Amino acid sequence: MIEFEDVTKQYPDGTLAVDKLSLRIPSNEITVFVGPSGCGKTTSLRMINRTIERSSGRISIDGEDINSGDPVTLRRGIGYVIQHAGLFPHRTVVDNVATVPKLLGWDRKKTRSVAMELLERVGLDLKLAQRYPAQLSGGQQQRVGVARALAADPKIMLMDEPFSAVDPIVRHQLQEELLRLQRDIGKTIVFVTHDIDEAIKLGDNVAVLRVGGKLAQFAPPAELLANPADDFVESFVGQDRGYRALTFLHTDKLHLNPLPEDLVLDDDGKPAGWLKGGGDLLPIGATFTRSDSVRAALDAVLTSPTGHGVCVDENGKALGVVDHAILAEALRS
Amino acid sequence: MTWVGDNLGLIWDQLSEHIYLAILPVVFGLLIALPLGYVATRFSWLANPLIALGGVLYSLPSIALFIVLPVVLGTQVLDPVNIVVALTIYTVALLIRNVIDGLRSVPPDVRQAAIAVGFGPARRLLTIDLPIAVPVIFAGLRVATVANISMVSVGAVIGIGGLGELFTQGFQKDFLTPVVVGVVLSLLLALLADLLIVGLQRVLTPWARVVSPVKAA
Repeated sequence: MIEFEDVTKQYPDGTLAVDKLSLRIPSNEITVFVGPSGCGKTTSLRMINRTIERSSGRISIDGEDINSGDPVTLRRGIGYVIQHAGLFPHRTVVDNVATVPKLLGWDRKKTRSVAMELLERVGLDLKLAQRYPAQLSGGQQQRVGVARALAADPKIMLMDEPFSAVDPIVRHQLQEELLRLQRDIGKTIVFVTHDIDEAIKLGDNVAVLRVGGKLAQFAPPAELLANPADDFVESFVGQDRGYRALTFLHTDKLHLNPLPEDLVLDDDGKPAGWLKGGGDLLPIGATFTRSDSVRAALDAVLTSPTGHGVCVDENGKALGVVDHAILAEALRS
Repeated sequence: MTWVGDNLGLIWDQLSEHIYLAILPVVFGLLIALPLGYVATRFSWLANPLIALGGVLYSLPSIALFIVLPVVLGTQVLDPVNIVVALTIYTVALLIRNVIDGLRSVPPDVRQAAIAVGFGPARRLLTIDLPIAVPVIFAGLRVATVANISMVSVGAVIGIGGLGELFTQGFQKDFLTPVVVGVVLSLLLALLADLLIVGLQRVLTPWARVVSPVKAA
């Protein structure tokens, strides 16, 4: 657990970047700091590895004040990922990943095998290991950045707007992969973003900060959407928060209707299209699985030409359909 | 051509003097400019005055420097130290800008990442900042080396000028061969030195030559 107690950062010119911030960041979960620019989210993050020193208050990791030791040693125990990755341009991909183990003096063989394993883990082709960062795409560089942060197996990983410089499709992929990775590694991740959707998607907990470095609300995303603490949080969360809260409603208990006659399946039992008069097939629209949210199910219904949203299993096989009535029932309860 | 055959010993002596008079200042100049440039990036208010001072020093006429230095240093007029010191001053004046620009060419996110993953200041300078600054520093090194090789000859006017002495000899005797030999050899020397530096840079910076990928993917 990382604990902020009355932490303040004031610059010599008097600017208050962070104002008496107190919060507890639970271990093994993703905590997101979100807010408009000037809210002190990045400052708060960087105070954790002391790349910015707090002015007053206390920050502790598992009860121990981070100022009790040497900052360089502290930093080697905390993974760090930034926007544009910040890879070392003169070192190969595998050497970039091996940075912290090398600083810690691990033996070469172990360092190398850990680095290669991590490259695989973040979804990079091992053929890229001997390339230089300039030879990679933005998304690939960011994966290397994550691998570098994880190389010495730190308990904590700090991520400062890591995905904001890549295009939306790659960003979506990287977000999904971070969630998948986190299911395996269970790190204490502190993630900074200005994008509330990213915060809601990734965070187990979200800290909304307002300009001037004050904490506006600290809550799980579903709670944030359902009960914003004040007008600022409500407007920051956005207008369609009711709709977005559907993300946290699961489809696993949703009643499914049997597959309708006009749904055409292929040989594998996957939905192929809707049969309409004249023998034409209309497209299926979006589908959803039992692990998706009600938001995905609603999307399936809205995009289906027949108003039936198809539920499929993990192999893409059609299980059943939902319609407006089923969703309305689920929303009412 | 018989002159060349008869004077191989002299030519060789002048050539080797030329090499050490030109190269030694490059080494000293680099050793002085590196810490100076580093200090200027740590205390950024120093950078502009230092670069300006470098510009002023570089604009001093070399002849004047060769003549004034013995007075300042208390050396003999014919002491090669004068040439080495003068050319070292030019080298520092030229390299200081390149060292500062080179260290500043480290992208801010790279610097920030280096600090955040736990590089101490000394290790960061030696293993991150300096290697990344190599292309910019070496650009200055090439100019300084070639400039030094040409400027050593000016020293011949005060009697120590490597291949330049072949010029004075030739002009005094109204005999062109030594002049041609001197010109050709200093040209070749400059070319060879430049090639060596470029080669060294290629070895040091394999990363600077990589081809960018398709930006998509």
